[in-house]
Amino acid sequence: MTEQKWVEVCGANEIEQEDVIRFDYGDRTFAVYRSEDDDYYATDGYCTHQRFHLADGFVMGNTIECPKHNGRFDYTTGKAKKAPVCVDLKTYPVKVENGKVYLSANE
Amino acid sequence: MAAAVKKRDYSLIGPEGKLAQERGMVAAEWYQSPIPRPRMKELMKRKNGPAIRDTVLWFALLAGTGWLGTVVWGTWWAVPVFLVYGILYATPGDSRWHECGHGTAFKTPWMNEAIYQIASFMVLRSATPWRWSHTRHHTDTYIVGRDPEILTERPPVWRILFMQILHLYGGPIEIKRFILHCFGKLDAHEKEYIPPSEFNKTFREARIYLLILLGVVATCIWQGSLLPAMLIGLPSFYGVILMLCFGITQHLGLYDDVLDHRLNSRTMKMNPVLRFLYWNMNYHVEHHMFPMVPYHALPALHEAMKDDTPAPRPSLWAALREAIGAMIRQGKDPGYAVIQPLPETARPYMYGLQEIPYITERIRQATGHTNGKTDTEGETA
Repeated sequence: MTEQKWVEVCGANEIEQEDVIRFDYGDRTFAVYRSEDDDYYATDGYCTHQRFHLADGFVMGNTIECPKHNGRFDYTTGKAKKAPVCVDLKTYPVKVENGKVYLSANE
Repeated sequence: MAAAVKKRDYSLIGPEGKLAQERGMVAAEWYQSPIPRPRMKELMKRKNGPAIRDTVLWFALLAGTGWLGTVVWGTWWAVPVFLVYGILYATPGDSRWHECGHGTAFKTPWMNEAIYQIASFMVLRSATPWRWSHTRHHTDTYIVGRDPEILTERPPVWRILFMQILHLYGGPIEIKRFILHCFGKLDAHEKEYIPPSEFNKTFREARIYLLILLGVVATCIWQGSLLPAMLIGLPSFYGVILMLCFGITQHLGLYDDVLDHRLNSRTMKMNPVLRFLYWNMNYHVEHHMFPMVPYHALPALHEAMKDDTPAPRPSLWAALREAIGAMIRQGKDPGYAVIQPLPETARPYMYGLQEIPYITERIRQATGHTNGKTDTEGETA
């Protein structure tokens, strides 16, 4: 079993409630979310429809809306919710320790 | 001096799409005006209130003029009454189709979807195919060979534009597509932008649309009167004049094949009545650059980015004059396009990943710069 490798993303307060930031790691890009209830989530950074950064989009409740075509995902599960997105987003484990957000970026 | 520009193939299945791909113009990164994230978050906020108010008002106006139409039917008063009814049917039909298709008009998703389906029928657009067509329009706005919503090519095909005054070009095409979809088929262009997972939905919607239209025809025959069709169906033809005028102002006479909406889209000032009918799509540069901003926030978005965009055209009339004037010039010189000067505070125009020589050269000749900061209004591309 692959051991989970945690990568520090940012301070927990660096993401506003009901918002998202972009996090680049190596040649990969992620979107890291903070919900209204102060829960943290992470998904792939690009929309599955076309390569646009979700971090430029709009967070409403558990939904992230892509800035280019208004496709929507549930960022807590990655599920595609509104066309033109048809393919779910990959999600990643996130933890908060000592005021820092960590992401497990294992493939 | 007019540059010789070869007539281009605007088809989605011709060679231009491949050329656009090779030039890096497909699904490319477009220029965006700098707006701080906190301000953008405010602008993107969704509300139900404005759209519910406008929808109630719209349906009330339709019900009122429709009722009046039935009262005066058979007299000459029917002509102006149905002209108003038709404009109220088709113009907001188009703008509601557009906004609800983006899913931004209402906060509640099912409200967007319900109005999207109703408005799609009203403007005779298959809901699912047109959702995907519009998605492509936003990905590759006025990229030749990629954008299925280019209203007319360069030089303009005037016959089509004149036919569109009564929707006599696009309307029959859509009805033919409904019939094709009913039999489980799509045309070649549609297959370019609709994913197979959406085919069945497309076929189902077309069957519902045709059933409604056949119901209207049957009612006309049963009543021995055209009146039912004047209320449902025919307004998609006789009521589209204002919708066409709005459509002409959006992109025509401006640039093809650029990656900057300030060069290929047009913003204009409008009175509140027209803005109600058009749901603020007169802020067209703003809408294209930031499609997640709902219609009711577009005036505020305009304020937030006006230092980075050309001045809005002062009226619908001015915008139409500019667009039609440019198209007339394109009749002789297909490369002609209008370029508006940018304010001193603006960032330079961005043309494309690989600059297109005839455009950059034109800008240089017209302005002495590559950012178009001049009062020159139009030059040969």
